[in-house]
Amino acid sequence: MKLTVNGQAHAISAAPGKRLLDTLREDLKLTGTKEGCGEGECGACTVLIDGEAVNSCLVPTCQAEGTKILTVEGLAQNPRWRKLQKAFLECNAAQCGICTPGMMLSACALPPQPTLQQIRVGLAGNLCRCTGYVKIYDAVKKALG
Amino acid sequence: MSKVKNRRLKVVGKRVPRTEGADKVTGRARYIDDMQFDHMIYGATVRTTIPRGRIVSVERDTAFDWSGFTWVDHRDIPGKNIVAMIVEDQPFLAVDRVEHQTEPVALLAHADRARLAEGLKAVRITYQEEPPVLDFETATEVLKELSIARGDLAAGLALADKIIEGTYRTGHQEQLYIETNGMIALPGANGFPEGVTAYGSMQCPYYVVKALEKLFRLDRERIRVVQTTTGGGFGGKEEYPSIVAGHACLLARKAGVPVKMIYERHEDLIATTKRHPSIITWRAGVKSDGTLTAIDIDMRLDGGAYMTLSPVVLSRAAIHATGPYRTPSVRIRGRVMKTNTPPNGAFRGFGAPQSQFAAEVHMDRIAEVMGIDPIELRRRNLFQTGDTTATGQVLHDRVSADEVLDKALAKHRVAHRRSKKTKKLAGTGIAMFFHGSGFTGGGEVRLASRAGVELLPDGVRLLVGSTEIGQGTRTMLAQIVAESLELPYAFVKTIDPDTAQVPDSGPTVASRTCMIVGTILQRASAKLRIELGPYKSGDDFKKRAKALLKKRGTVVIIDQYEKPGEIEWNDETYQGDAYGAYAWGCNLADVEIDPLTYEARCTAFTSVIDIGRAIHPLLAEGQIEGGTLQGIGWALFEDVVMKNGVMQNANLTNYIIPTTLDAPHIAVEIVENPYPNGPFGAKGVGECPIDGPAAAIVNAIRDASGARLDAIPATPERIMKVLG
Repeated sequence: MKLTVNGQAHAISAAPGKRLLDTLREDLKLTGTKEGCGEGECGACTVLIDGEAVNSCLVPTCQAEGTKILTVEGLAQNPRWRKLQKAFLECNAAQCGICTPGMMLSACALPPQPTLQQIRVGLAGNLCRCTGYVKIYDAVKKALG
Repeated sequence: MSKVKNRRLKVVGKRVPRTEGADKVTGRARYIDDMQFDHMIYGATVRTTIPRGRIVSVERDTAFDWSGFTWVDHRDIPGKNIVAMIVEDQPFLAVDRVEHQTEPVALLAHADRARLAEGLKAVRITYQEEPPVLDFETATEVLKELSIARGDLAAGLALADKIIEGTYRTGHQEQLYIETNGMIALPGANGFPEGVTAYGSMQCPYYVVKALEKLFRLDRERIRVVQTTTGGGFGGKEEYPSIVAGHACLLARKAGVPVKMIYERHEDLIATTKRHPSIITWRAGVKSDGTLTAIDIDMRLDGGAYMTLSPVVLSRAAIHATGPYRTPSVRIRGRVMKTNTPPNGAFRGFGAPQSQFAAEVHMDRIAEVMGIDPIELRRRNLFQTGDTTATGQVLHDRVSADEVLDKALAKHRVAHRRSKKTKKLAGTGIAMFFHGSGFTGGGEVRLASRAGVELLPDGVRLLVGSTEIGQGTRTMLAQIVAESLELPYAFVKTIDPDTAQVPDSGPTVASRTCMIVGTILQRASAKLRIELGPYKSGDDFKKRAKALLKKRGTVVIIDQYEKPGEIEWNDETYQGDAYGAYAWGCNLADVEIDPLTYEARCTAFTSVIDIGRAIHPLLAEGQIEGGTLQGIGWALFEDVVMKNGVMQNANLTNYIIPTTLDAPHIAVEIVENPYPNGPFGAKGVGECPIDGPAAAIVNAIRDASGARLDAIPATPERIMKVLG
């Protein structure tokens, strides 16, 4: 199968039903994408597939064939997403950090200059147990607002 | 230290970047599941499926292909089959008794995870079942009992114009760190092939060391434990990681290769510790002006099947049970009951959220019965500086309960615009609380924690066993050391706690790390300054550091906890200075209830807490905001449904924690009344934010709808039942 991840083309051989999460973590060694629940509830494994935020634990790898995938490791390539990383750091939006990659990827799929309500709706699929979400809103507003 | 107080602080109080922050926003941070070792295989746990009885046999299906598997049961344990904790009652692997569902019986490992899952299914345990005890309210076996008494209770009650009673219940709560429990064990440690090494997600590396010492009958130098980047703990990674590490090490020793054990979410939910459920009865003597003349509290906690940390949870629950209120006579009786359910354990707040929930809902009940405004009633009873607590502790340091109340009322008005006309029922509730920092009573003396600094040519390295679990420990301790040495923050380097390199700084729990370990590091830094002699600048420091290192080779200064002279505690009478310092807090919650669905939503929340000094204001706010939302979840949604002694809703679809759409706007204000014995005045901050939210919300629900809930979570079903 051919996957484009963070702008780089990969040819991999994996069982078509293998979770995209496992393909990224095991075959491509991109361990920045995390597993929190394995059933699409916590959003820790969120990546962008052709610009859309999805839970990579629910996506069979074959479905991602031919698409462009963005993971946390690719954020630094884009100045806008670099700004997001910097804001997460400066605003203390990353505490334990396990939800952070997925949270940032969901933020990447928000409309430009999102309102607070758009941020809340856009991040509703990403659970964070540390922050109470306050500093995450601050970071997203700072970077994208 | 007085010199330090008088100069302007340059690092403490500043919003420096987190030491490990860049790794976390780039995906570089390595959590345990991100780590690989050569020849590593995977481990899993065979667990009991009945709540109580006797194991008749454990059989492996003979038709199944067991090649490539490693099997471990209790017969493989070289040392003592006991999880080292307060008492010796819990086995690493069950022998013949079953005390709860999900109890570990055997361990399997295999290089292929799919095969491993099939192997788990091919193990059959047969039992001789016994009737389980599942309800702690009617249970009879007491795991731990304590009582605190001061003054003459009968006389206090006789002075009252009214005696007001109430009974309050809280349920289990799951810590729900987003990273589940996990370890990788390696055979061998520190050059000893017979040793064991464990890497993993944990709060207390030296608890794991102690557990492995006993399990393997090894001395300390043959054990190495390394904390990896940890995706949240909240108490849930205080004691349970000892079990995961023990299991992984047993497998690794037998298989002779590294073994990775990562719990899936379902397993983590059904098998690991949770917040103790509670039932607490209050009896308060009240004068007609609202003054409390007597408080009589009886509490029962559900300990589950083994003791774990229940005695100290009970102790903290009892000491905080009066809430921040004065009374001339008080009696607090508490018991932890044994049930055939998975053991409950540490969770942020450690009993104090349960007991202060009861206290604060009862204060509103008293206000209502006496016809006094709830805020006014609190004002008339709040602790003042110089007052005496239930354990006879005289509050010499500034008590700021009044101050946080005033500030919360002002902040709540300014920070939240009251929502416009709504068809929903709206109301506001209050809760006040206090929280002791550090181990209870003589606990810190017994821990005798150690921490220190190592001189480097270009700075210093922290040598500390305290763990970064998201709260900002590493950054905050680095700030304390930088400030103590009057060096830039960047001069202080940190490392992953690795017991081969760092001393035992005590567990990372109990809101103790900043106040206790921070003070030890402050003292170690002061001693290093004496060794170095005066320096004028960072460059000057480097010159002196290089010269000293050239002369001595290495310069390491490890210091140890010293009890401040004025703290006295008597474990026999349970009287004395229960904690060195208390944080004081006030919460206000706005709640709306849908009159059709009875769904309650928290729409606005204010938390004002006196934490002595915010070493890093942004991190401290993060603690308060996060703890607040965790408390709101406990109040409204988080419901562990137990059936036959095991959690039924063990997934994130049915165990609901707050999302962005459930979270209210949270306004935080930090009050800083410095504690003289804390580093730069700091007390603890980690736990206190979760003490108040549940009561504030339940009181708001009463204000909004007239529904008086005596139990949480305040689900629509519960609200509907009360409103009829």
